[in-house]
Amino acid sequence: MTIDNAPPSSEPQNVPLEAKSPYELRTNLSKNVSENVIKHSLETGDIGFLHSFTTGSAVDGPGIRVVAWTAGCHWRCQFCHNPDTWSLANGMPVPIEKAIEELGKYRHGLKVMQGGLTISGGEPLLQDRFVARLLAGAKNMGVHTCLNSNGMFHTRLSDAELRNIDLVITDIKTWGDERHLALTGKEMGPTIEFAKRCAALGVPMWLRHVVIPGVTEDPVIADEIAKFAASLGNVERIDVLPFHQMGRYKWHALGLDYALENTPPPTIALVNRVISQFTAAGLNTV
Amino acid sequence: MTTMAEPKRDAQSDAWNKFSPGIWQKDINVRDFIQQNYHPYEGDGSFLAPATERTTKLWKKLTDLFVEERKKGVLDVSQIPSSITAHAPGYIDKDNEVIVGLQTEAPLKRAIMPNGGFRMIVGALKTYGYEPDPHVVEAFSKYRKTHNDAVFDAYTADIRKCRSSHILTGLPDAYGRGRIIGDYRRVALYGVAKLLEKKQAEKTSLDSAMSTDEIIRDREELSEQARALQELQQMAANYGFDISGPARTAKEAVQWLYFGYLAAVKEQNGAAMSLGRTSTFLDIYFQRDLAAGTLTEEQAQEIVDDFVIKLRIVRFLRTPEYDELFAGDPTWVTESIAGMGDDGRPLVTRSSFRFLQTLYNLGPAPEPNLTIWYSPRLPEGFRSFAAKVAIDTSSIQFESDEIMRSAWGDDGAIACCVSPMLVGKQMQFFGARANLAKCLLYAINGGRDEITGKQVGPKSAPVEGEYLNFDDILERFEDMMEWLANVYVNAMNVIHYMHDKYAYERIEMALHDYNPLRTMAFGMAGLSVVADSLSAIRYAKVKVVRDETGLVVDYQTEGEFPKFGNHDNRVDHLAAWLVSTFMTKLRKYPTYRNAIHTQSILTITSNVVYGKSTGNTPDGRRKGEPFAPGANPMHGRDSHGIHAAAASVAKIPYRDAADGISLTASLVPEGLGRVEADRIKNLRSILDAFFGVTGYHMNVNVLNRETLIDAMEHPEKYPSLTIRVSGYAVNFVRLTRAQQMDVINRTFHGA
Repeated sequence: MTIDNAPPSSEPQNVPLEAKSPYELRTNLSKNVSENVIKHSLETGDIGFLHSFTTGSAVDGPGIRVVAWTAGCHWRCQFCHNPDTWSLANGMPVPIEKAIEELGKYRHGLKVMQGGLTISGGEPLLQDRFVARLLAGAKNMGVHTCLNSNGMFHTRLSDAELRNIDLVITDIKTWGDERHLALTGKEMGPTIEFAKRCAALGVPMWLRHVVIPGVTEDPVIADEIAKFAASLGNVERIDVLPFHQMGRYKWHALGLDYALENTPPPTIALVNRVISQFTAAGLNTV
Repeated sequence: MTTMAEPKRDAQSDAWNKFSPGIWQKDINVRDFIQQNYHPYEGDGSFLAPATERTTKLWKKLTDLFVEERKKGVLDVSQIPSSITAHAPGYIDKDNEVIVGLQTEAPLKRAIMPNGGFRMIVGALKTYGYEPDPHVVEAFSKYRKTHNDAVFDAYTADIRKCRSSHILTGLPDAYGRGRIIGDYRRVALYGVAKLLEKKQAEKTSLDSAMSTDEIIRDREELSEQARALQELQQMAANYGFDISGPARTAKEAVQWLYFGYLAAVKEQNGAAMSLGRTSTFLDIYFQRDLAAGTLTEEQAQEIVDDFVIKLRIVRFLRTPEYDELFAGDPTWVTESIAGMGDDGRPLVTRSSFRFLQTLYNLGPAPEPNLTIWYSPRLPEGFRSFAAKVAIDTSSIQFESDEIMRSAWGDDGAIACCVSPMLVGKQMQFFGARANLAKCLLYAINGGRDEITGKQVGPKSAPVEGEYLNFDDILERFEDMMEWLANVYVNAMNVIHYMHDKYAYERIEMALHDYNPLRTMAFGMAGLSVVADSLSAIRYAKVKVVRDETGLVVDYQTEGEFPKFGNHDNRVDHLAAWLVSTFMTKLRKYPTYRNAIHTQSILTITSNVVYGKSTGNTPDGRRKGEPFAPGANPMHGRDSHGIHAAAASVAKIPYRDAADGISLTASLVPEGLGRVEADRIKNLRSILDAFFGVTGYHMNVNVLNRETLIDAMEHPEKYPSLTIRVSGYAVNFVRLTRAQQMDVINRTFHGA
């Protein structure tokens, strides 16, 4: 009797791509991967460390998209809703061929749905070789590509690699070095440079900004970001995102000290004020 | 109403004025009439009219009654056994109704229809505090045998056992089978006199045939059909309308058509009493009147609104057990909208929009069950409007026009949720479903029921050893399916033989051609449970746990295994294999009236009940836990989003599930995009992609705050419920209660 054409049950990589929800807390998925393999993988991009992936996303770039979240990030944003993506060790090891093959299953639908692939994180460019190869693989099969990065490691991508990306999404977390350092643990210089570099190379961008009561509420912040965004010339859209508490349980589960424990979501009025600040600068804002 | 007083007219020439001629004038052929006369509409919904004050007032009257009805369970009951003419005319507000006609003499007053089965009626009456009328009891226990009694006279021991163990459930042996759609449009286009003439000619044509069982039955049925048409005419006359001739205006067309439908719901308490495909047919009349200047858009919408009001208040007297099986009190007044024609023109008209507009004018509602025959080739204006309506009201479903048209033609309609049939030319014998998850457990236990321990299936040696072996289980499973298919076809043949004999759908069949195409619609429950169980046995290690009698009652699964709903062929092919294999086995057994075997993968609501009567399964599902609805992946296991889940479901071959494959997707508006324009475009894209490949059906639940709260209580009703915001996603049903409250507060913040 024949019941399918699928390969035999022995899986070469033990990659549990099919099991478990990507939306759960994920930790220690690559705890059995040796340091040498990790080092080699980061150099070559042969293996990526993914927190999870999903299909059918309508909120991570244009159209309906496949989204892959990479593991590992050096920033420590206070409002991070996926703190389980900070550590590379929390990602599941995925060979580049397997990732491209998985994406290939969706390419027809992605075209019909005017979507594509979005790589988010974590900070994707911490795994720049894997990301560059996956984006190139997507482009090769005609899939629209989008990179959501904070830009900290943007210099790891060559001009050619960056130019080959259809859309870059960058969060501008706040404005001013002091504020930025306090909110994210890092300075904002690289993000600014990254945005300017994308503009110079003609790579379209969407900028995002999260409205957090008491943290990014000062009108000066949105005004400055708007001024900067308008000066770039490649910004197609601004997403103004209201802060939410859906990540709180992850902070608790990881035993982390959550500074925004009692911060409420912003009022509609506050969100609308911020949107109007961007709109006033002539930016397409939603 | 004064229409009755009008002089007799030259019915046809008057009524058919300005219509393009065609073979529809020489024979009964509504499809040809539509094709010759309809005007596709490629614009958007900006022409639509809001509800008139009259409509709003009339609807308010009813919504007040709904409150009372909900309190009491049923508002009122008439114990006159119902027929087409049993009840005097009824009105909601006689002077303010545009379209008239009620099932009984008062709105929401339910009738009894004992021919299907009297036991259920007595049960329902008692439940709602009514003492059954002794005369009726005497008639239906002493003098008149019902379908229900007759079926049990002819059931085999095996059928009875399968029924009580719930491996076969929901069989229409105690209630009306439904799922037969009369071509109610014929009443409007031709008038009753011509239809009657045709039926008499059909009967006469059998005079030369030898009186065999079949021919005798056909002659008797045709006589019953003719009688029903006469009663239909009489019922309309009681309301003051002469419907012997064709309808002359749009308003008359709707009224004539509705009388046809009303006659059916006066006489049959079918599990699904669907309407057919009427909007584009009616549009021809609306267009004619609009062009002649005798009708305004506002009036056209008012007629449609009033018609839909009538469809919304169709009621049947049913027992709470029945309602549990079907979740709520559904009537499945399904109306099929849009689709493409064989000649490549879209069958979208302004009236396709008008029907959808009722969901704004009267507010969202599950009935009538508005069903879009979706194709990526439909005009963009309509696809966008339908997507918008789905997002705003969550009240419409989508099915693949491409698949159904290829299989059955371009004048088909859905009965119930997903069953396609050519209107007036095809009918089905509805057959509920077999619980294949339970069948798998019987295979493991050598035919013993996993809950009662009783021997239900054929006795064989149960599995040996600690771990389940895939090849061994598959062989046992195939044998058990073979047995189940045999019992199932047996049961269906008995049921439909008796239904035809004791509870024949006279008026619905009078609005069919003689000797229509018949399908016998079998069904399967537990698809994803079986697929995942087989996958666990094949790709992980499944250890059995036995009780003291040696019965396998539980399973311990070691290791990972692929799960249906993640676009993974290793398990998706197991699901497809299951559907095709069971279908092949069903086809081995001959059917009553040579009906074509079909199968549905549809448990839109009864998945809960099926799960309740099924023990632990090897996929890790616990005893009593609900199945996923229809062809859905098990809740929470489709862990990679709607695109992956839909791709898995789309792999189930339609040729082996020709009665439909159902997928329910739950979304919150925010998950479709950050602004309305994005949401409409994105939902349209999802539908274009799903129906552009081999997707068959998609029920799009766009949830509001109330439904999300309901999802906290009943996670099984909201499979694949994912809440997405930019950069973050959550599978709602897997969150803790506190987290769910967080999400709800977040998602509907300020709403």
